[in-house]
Amino acid sequence: MTDIDVNALANAKAKGERPYFFDDPAVERVFSITLAVATELAVMRERLDTVERLLEAGQPVSKTAIDAFRPDNEAARERQMWHAEYINRIFRIVHQELEALKNPELNVSSKDLADKIAAS
Amino acid sequence: MSSVLPPTYDRVGRHGLSPDVTHDETARFNFLTNLNVHIGQKIFPGTKLAFESRVAPAFDKAHGRALRDQCEVRDAMKCDPLYQFWAATRRSTMEMRQQSGRHVVLRQLGKMSAKAAALNAGKNTLVLDPRVTPPDYLAQVDNHWMPGSYYSEATPGDVLSGAAYEAGLFVTTAGSMSARGDGAGRALVRYLAEKFPDFKPRRILDLGAGVGVNTLPIVQAFPDAEVVAVDAAAPTLRYAHARSQAMGYGNVQFIQASADDLPFPANSFDWIQTTMFWHETSVATVRAGLKKIHEMLRPGGLTLHIEQPNFAADTPLWDRFTRDWDAWFNNEPFWRKLHMMNVFDEMAAAGFGRDRLFDGATEADIEPGMYQDWASTLSRHKPELKRADDAANDGARKGEFWYLFGAWK
Repeated sequence: MTDIDVNALANAKAKGERPYFFDDPAVERVFSITLAVATELAVMRERLDTVERLLEAGQPVSKTAIDAFRPDNEAARERQMWHAEYINRIFRIVHQELEALKNPELNVSSKDLADKIAAS
Repeated sequence: MSSVLPPTYDRVGRHGLSPDVTHDETARFNFLTNLNVHIGQKIFPGTKLAFESRVAPAFDKAHGRALRDQCEVRDAMKCDPLYQFWAATRRSTMEMRQQSGRHVVLRQLGKMSAKAAALNAGKNTLVLDPRVTPPDYLAQVDNHWMPGSYYSEATPGDVLSGAAYEAGLFVTTAGSMSARGDGAGRALVRYLAEKFPDFKPRRILDLGAGVGVNTLPIVQAFPDAEVVAVDAAAPTLRYAHARSQAMGYGNVQFIQASADDLPFPANSFDWIQTTMFWHETSVATVRAGLKKIHEMLRPGGLTLHIEQPNFAADTPLWDRFTRDWDAWFNNEPFWRKLHMMNVFDEMAAAGFGRDRLFDGATEADIEPGMYQDWASTLSRHKPELKRADDAANDGARKGEFWYLFGAWK
């Protein structure tokens, strides 16, 4: 078979100008890399979960056993729940911004309040 | 948090041509699917709130008038930080989906292509035509940021484009299309069985069939019919044909042809189907294609199309913006124009009698269990669909549902 550069081809850019959404493209670049790193941490965590489940079941842990592991429904649910919770944790600041948007009355500035109290 | 979560990637329906997927590749798809679900369910509703509570009021104040159309909404939204976050995450997730799907296939491309070649060898049900070049509407930009589109190869005669497409589909649809991604094809078959139980087509054309996910439910539902699936892209068809063979569907022919130049005579089909195809084409192709479909249909034949619904007069501005989003930012350039076209006028201009036209909505047919539990949380209730849906049974819906339009010749 023809030799191919798997990594270069996997990373290939789609035809068409890439839209950038943040004001500064450098922010978009860092954000995109951060999400990719977050992905790899999630992959690592799921692998660790598999190792734990194999150990708990008294089964041998090997690369083959890890690749062959299929979670049952309950394990699958728990692992999906971990992903959901993990994403909630890493997107905390955005959720808090959204909460502020939903409840504008709960956004009194402590700085303004401190000045107001000091002046009274 | 919703207690129902998407199925895991190891639950994806496998077939004889599926790539081997390692533990970590599965985990990567799981994370990306959850990420996609999270931004869709938790962040996206916030962008509407940002629009209503700060973006639209700021525009009103600055311009002394309300926003007029979705282009103005787009330009006004681009400075909103929550929207920027949602869009950038969606974009990055799509890029990671494409990269992950391609990597899974590329690292075993030789083996997969050889397996496909063995399944395809000596079969007259795969007809490739090297004279067919990628149509202009596919060649200018890669649809939904899929590098190389449906037609590129990494090695001569490979199955990269089709296989990578199917490998990553689960991430974008988040399991809402059933285990094999064929929810739309199954929905279609159910729609026909319910609406037109006496319709027994002998010869069926599925135009723009791609990897055939939605073709095979048709083949399964009409085992005695001769089914022809057409696509313009050879690597995708190689994969589609080998996939159908591996799944035991021998009675479907895959033919390479452009929708602009279909090699079939007049009065040669009883049913001509497209499923989520037109939005990746062009005005000219829709118009010429519908005329050609009218010509290829036998009298009494049916044509049916699952597609993006047109905007209605009362489609809210925000919905117009979010539905046109893919045209601007997901490399689906025709999507926007299609929303504005009146498909009934187009069908009438193609030769179909106005009294023979109809439209409706059909719901994803999802197998019970994890997929159905999950899909039931996802129903999209768009006003156009609600109106078109004469089942009047919204509350009982189990999954995504799609707009369709059609005509009898």
